[in-house]
Amino acid sequence: MFEKVLTIFIASALINNFVFSRYLGLCIFFGVTKRMETAVGMSFTFTAVMLIGAALNWVIYEYVMIPLHLGFLKIVIFIGVVAAFVQAADTIMKKVTPALYYKLGIYLALIVTNCIILAVPLINADEHYGLFESMALAVGSGLGFSLALIIMASIREKLELADVPISFRGLPISFVLTGLIALAFLGFSGMITL
Amino acid sequence: MEAPALAKPQEHPKLIVSIGPHMHDQETTAKIMWTVSGALLPAALMSVYFFGMPAVMVILVSLAASLASEAAVQWMLKKPVTLSDGSAFLTGLLLAMNLPSNAPLYIPAVGSFVAIVITKHLFGGLGYNIFNPALIGRAFVLISFPKLMTTYVAPASQFMAVDAKTTATPLVLLKEEGMAKLLEIFHTKAALYQDLFLGNRAGSLGETSVIALLLGAAFLMMKRYITWHVPVPFIATVGLLAWMFGGKEGLLSGDAIFHMMSGGLILGAFFMATDYVTGPSVRAAQVVFGVGCGALTVLIRLKGGYPEGVMFAILLMNCFAPLLDRGMKSRVFGKAEAKGVKK
Repeated sequence: MFEKVLTIFIASALINNFVFSRYLGLCIFFGVTKRMETAVGMSFTFTAVMLIGAALNWVIYEYVMIPLHLGFLKIVIFIGVVAAFVQAADTIMKKVTPALYYKLGIYLALIVTNCIILAVPLINADEHYGLFESMALAVGSGLGFSLALIIMASIREKLELADVPISFRGLPISFVLTGLIALAFLGFSGMITL
Repeated sequence: MEAPALAKPQEHPKLIVSIGPHMHDQETTAKIMWTVSGALLPAALMSVYFFGMPAVMVILVSLAASLASEAAVQWMLKKPVTLSDGSAFLTGLLLAMNLPSNAPLYIPAVGSFVAIVITKHLFGGLGYNIFNPALIGRAFVLISFPKLMTTYVAPASQFMAVDAKTTATPLVLLKEEGMAKLLEIFHTKAALYQDLFLGNRAGSLGETSVIALLLGAAFLMMKRYITWHVPVPFIATVGLLAWMFGGKEGLLSGDAIFHMMSGGLILGAFFMATDYVTGPSVRAAQVVFGVGCGALTVLIRLKGGYPEGVMFAILLMNCFAPLLDRGMKSRVFGKAEAKGVKK
């Protein structure tokens, strides 16, 4: 049990890293990695939302959708749950902790429609993971995404000074860079087979 | 060592504006590149001795393709063509050192193109690349032509031998059949170590001969072109972790010496992880970089899908180099750390 949880955690953070081996979440990935500060802010927010969203969806899937045979609606319901939760968090944070809201609130709006946030509950449902396994996948994916954001931001800050050919400046070179990082992450492949 | 500052003078020969401290020296980028290429010469000669004519062809094609790619891309980008600075030559040579001798000749050509054009010039040219060009070139051809890139031949008995005998590298043998099979082939541990040390084993061109590589590395260290901060922690970490976890009979039963001398470790640690541009420049960060490379190498060798992890380990740590530099940069003189300030 413990071993499986650990395996899922490491696999989702490194080996099946959402950005570098499943190519998901690229819009946020390119959007916030221009500066380290935004990358770090997004990492915190993202991991927290991922964890809570996956927990909520797990409860709903196990105790509402399976008993009512609503499995075929999982995409719609998961999107709804995440969107409702993120909007609620947004409103509550604005009232309760305005300081935190102004720091992290802008990221919440971006996260609502993020594909990794949807992918994790879907994987949990498809694999019939228990609560601990689902949480391991959520934390692993969140940390793996944070790792990707922070590496990317540090490299892009370095690239600011580089004499990149004009046609490749900005987004194009970031795509090339992501491809090369993905090439390096291939080294982890085959390490764990789930 | 600031490669960007060194690369600039060709564009503005009259006036160089850069951040201090400024030091005058006879060293130039070109001199370093050609010296490092020279330091690889013993390993290149050993590879020709062991693998014969095919090795010569791989080296020549790789060099030619690298130089041609460099000239073409610089001409297209309307930059000054700088073949004489030796950087393209060194990339080509390093790539050839990392290929099996029996690779079809389009492999070094494709690898050189990826190394020079995509990894180096798209990111701004010499001094700006994030990844080691030769290693990306090799990683690219490894995943594009996996069968061809993992078929190795045994060292040939004659220079012009036509029929080469394909065989597995020692690391593949260890991974798939265990130490017993290795001892069956090499008879004794001493003979195994001796063949690894001299280079009489299957493998990529330049990685096989430990003694030739150490000779070149010692020369570079003497000239102070490379320091111990990356290679020594790198190799020591591989030895330590391989000894701890590498054995079949539980903890502390691994063969450290075998792991330290096999695969591309010596070549990677001294000639590729020490790259000024793609590694960290803060000393403490370099040690962390070396330890990280070593740990990832052992992780991939023991647990991964690939038998050899040096290339991926260095590439992965290349990703972390800017972060390491950022996190461990030395304190600005005269400024106190926020925590240490007494009010």
